[in-house]
Amino acid sequence: MTDTGDTAWVLISAALVLFMTPGLAFFYGGMVRSRHVLAMLMQNIFAMGIISVIWSAVGYSLAFGGDGALIGNLSHAFLSGADGTSGTIPTMAFVAFQMMFAVITPALITGATADRLRFASYAVLIAVWALIVYVPVARWVWNPNGWIFSMGALDFAGGAAIHINAGIAALAVVLVIGNRRGHGTEAMPPHNLPFTVLGTGILWFGWIGFNAGSALAANGIAAQAVVNTHLAAAAGMLGWLAIERKKAGHATTLGAASGAVAGLVAITPCAGFVGGASPLIIGGGAGIICYLALGLKSRFSFDDSLDVIAVHLVGGLVGTILLGFFADTGVNADGADGVLFGGGVELLIDQTVAAVAVLAYSFIVTFVIAKVIDRLMGLRVDPVDEAMGLDQSQHSESAYQP
Amino acid sequence: MLLVTAVIKPFKLDEVKDALKQLGVAGMTATEVRGFGRQGGHTETYRGAEYRIDFVPKVELQLVVDDGAVDAVVDAIRTAAATGQIGDGKIWVTPVERLVRIRTGEEGPAAI
Repeated sequence: MTDTGDTAWVLISAALVLFMTPGLAFFYGGMVRSRHVLAMLMQNIFAMGIISVIWSAVGYSLAFGGDGALIGNLSHAFLSGADGTSGTIPTMAFVAFQMMFAVITPALITGATADRLRFASYAVLIAVWALIVYVPVARWVWNPNGWIFSMGALDFAGGAAIHINAGIAALAVVLVIGNRRGHGTEAMPPHNLPFTVLGTGILWFGWIGFNAGSALAANGIAAQAVVNTHLAAAAGMLGWLAIERKKAGHATTLGAASGAVAGLVAITPCAGFVGGASPLIIGGGAGIICYLALGLKSRFSFDDSLDVIAVHLVGGLVGTILLGFFADTGVNADGADGVLFGGGVELLIDQTVAAVAVLAYSFIVTFVIAKVIDRLMGLRVDPVDEAMGLDQSQHSESAYQP
Repeated sequence: MLLVTAVIKPFKLDEVKDALKQLGVAGMTATEVRGFGRQGGHTETYRGAEYRIDFVPKVELQLVVDDGAVDAVVDAIRTAAATGQIGDGKIWVTPVERLVRIRTGEEGPAAI
């Protein structure tokens, strides 16, 4: 029996999550140099095209069909037989909602690989990645038959399945393609921070649907998730700005945007499982820890161009692990109790196993995929095309007329 | 005839233009340029990474004047563009061999 309120909320949430991908495009697009901005926007909106088609063809079925612990089957290929009911909503509402998650996850990688990917190779990369990295991990984490789900680890809206997964994949691709030309010697400041702030607003807005829609119902848990999501973004902004002002001298608009996103990333796995002051601690902690993680790329001299690793990987890890401390069955009886709520270390261990499993699988498989594509078709543009700018060399367009 | 070129702080453009109009100057060309001198540049910090910005924005003003008017024009620019801070810019004057008004074909001082 479907519930109209639940259905309406999940359908609206699907639209909210869809809006996040163009938001991400502007968040990243503002941070690149002006001759690469269209390529960045293109990589993001292209994910809305190719991943949606893949999701409807086989992605949904492989992630949510059948009863395997590692992977689904093809029983719902092209969404056949997906016209029933899941819980209190039509299965098709769940298909739509999950499709938007599948779209934005590979798009997150584009921030790390900015200004140097060949477009055709990128298209192959995210298509293959969606199928053999995202789909299995989503299965493990969210399908009741998935091994991480049945182990007892919690991931409300995708701390492990989305942020750890895409963050570590970004590192793997960066290690294959190398740094931008001029990295470390040439100044590469953002070309349009107003775009980045605009994108942050869209992401923040859409994240309400991302996290609260994951309740798959219009109920108290969804309401708690809305409040948690918003408070974590707010606290993340404050945490980042405080440490940024102390360390670098100024509170910046890019810092405010980055801190809010760090808080949003960290609360994602926790959104429907924590309450009280927990979102403030998780979001604020993520703001500070993600800022400190910015130094990793210079210490290990890899060019994570727009800090996908510091924000998404580290933020995802912060949320996934802190959930082992802050989860509270008083908020959500279907969850578990963390260390601070009388649950002992069991959940913390499950969370750690989930994080490590996703880290290892995604890193290794992504590295192999990127290597193979690089060997077969070249993942990176040649130096002249890179210097000319991806807008001209990949798309034969210019964002701004002189 | 002389060409007066001045590189000034961008926010001083309107004051300089008004001062020159009061002298009866009938036209000028302003171009947005970037440069550095003793003022040097400044630093900007993005996500903790410091970038040195050497070239700072300036406006370059060009106008052709008759020999007799040049001292008043240079004085007017200097007075209006000065803030007393480093980075106020420079003015230089160079001879002009030939000047033609495109619309009428007039040449020399009549074309100013």
